[in-house]
Amino acid sequence: MGEELKAPKKIQLAMYWAASCGGCDMAVLDVNEKILDIAAVADIRLWPIAMDYKYKDIEKWADGEIDVCLFNGAVRNSEQLHLARLLRQKSKVMVAFGSCASFGGIPGLANLHCKKTIFEAVYGYTASTVNPEGTTPQTHTHVPEGDLHIPEFFDDVYSLAQVIPVEYYVPGCPPTPETVMTAVNAIATGNLPPVGSTIGISKAVCDECKRTKSDKPGIVEFHRPQEIFVDAEKCLLEQGLTCMGSATRGGCGSLCPGVNMPCRGCYGPMPNSLDVGADALSAMTSIVDAAEEGDARAKVGKMVDPLGTFYRFTLPVSMLRRAARPLQG
Amino acid sequence: MSHEFEPRIVVLCCNWCTYAGADLAGTSRMKYAPNVRLVRVMCSGRVDPSFVLRAFQDGADGVLIAGCHPGDCHYINGNLKTLRRYPALETLIAQFGIEPDRMRLEWISAAEGDVFVHVVNEMTEQVRALGPLDWKRRTAMTVPAAESHTAG
Ligand code: FES
Repeated sequence: MGEELKAPKKIQLAMYWAASCGGCDMAVLDVNEKILDIAAVADIRLWPIAMDYKYKDIEKWADGEIDVCLFNGAVRNSEQLHLARLLRQKSKVMVAFGSCASFGGIPGLANLHCKKTIFEAVYGYTASTVNPEGTTPQTHTHVPEGDLHIPEFFDDVYSLAQVIPVEYYVPGCPPTPETVMTAVNAIATGNLPPVGSTIGISKAVCDECKRTKSDKPGIVEFHRPQEIFVDAEKCLLEQGLTCMGSATRGGCGSLCPGVNMPCRGCYGPMPNSLDVGADALSAMTSIVDAAEEGDARAKVGKMVDPLGTFYRFTLPVSMLRRAARPLQG
Repeated sequence: MSHEFEPRIVVLCCNWCTYAGADLAGTSRMKYAPNVRLVRVMCSGRVDPSFVLRAFQDGADGVLIAGCHPGDCHYINGNLKTLRRYPALETLIAQFGIEPDRMRLEWISAAEGDVFVHVVNEMTEQVRALGPLDWKRRTAMTVPAAESHTAG
């Protein structure tokens, strides 16, 4: 009690990773010396990339003992689901940190398949697989020394909010240092937006992009970035690159278009968007230079993998959410 | 596949041509398959791709987009935008596992009641042959209940 009067209690912070690449944890380190500011206001209680811990340590915490949990990564197996639920119980505020936790992210593209077809590929027919007995991972295996357990692989990849209640979203693959510090400052000062908000801006990447846009755009052909010499000034979409900037929430400072790479959509849909893929499809193809069906088909047909382009980070939270499973029984 | 399957087809049609064409079919007492549900929009250009995705998500077995012939759009080029979006939308739904025959784009003028009837009947039979899309069931998301996980 007396101690609390002297110095304000530090924020109890937990960070966790699930189906992710580690980039989000790197993004936290990417704030460089500002990490010291974070350490000044927060006790980092859990951070698997940097500190050792055991599940039983987390289990010992009281419910709500953690003020804020920054959870990165999608959820696609039983271990990740368990940790998501456990950390939810221990945390007052749960933040979906990064695109995978927020929208399913790149791992979410696995929703084009299901567990069965993924196992068939990974443990079956990929060029590097030698598995004559067709062995696949089992959750329980008995060996002379005892029972072995590994997590169960799910049929779907879930965003964090699809498995537990989430208070805030911090988008980005990974979130930029500015986005991270905006989130940290909001948390540290208690200056938080309404529950359910995305911590960021409500403008599109296009809004932040400095490239020049013409009044009469007309895409003549779609290209992949490596196929053309990119004009450094002109709008990338007008050059035929499938740039997601018009359908994607800004806040990144239009980083990728700034270095001649089309936006890939990692900050996710715009606020109030029904479906980011529908938005992007409309924006990109409506301006194709074609007034006749055959011509439109020839030009739009050059776009490689529309689904992967439009939903690269967001398939699990999109309107259709996954590819249809085969019809049977 | 059950014999009683009746396809549900959503028709997104523009106010000025196709809707009037459907009206003509009706006032001329032409018969067409009762499997279509017409949704009137001001222009085929108003058909956001999300309308089509939502229809499939919500139980449609097929979606027909119909508007004025190119050059006849009452908003000059609304239908040209539809015409440009359509090929990408076709590829997209195929990637989601929806057969391309479940979606169709047609230009039907106010005078073409017979074309409307023909398109609706033909599409109904095509979709009937494909069977139900059954999107909700085939994409059902069931988050597993709490259970033991691997040991730490
Ligand atoms: S008004 Fe009919 S297609 Fe535009």
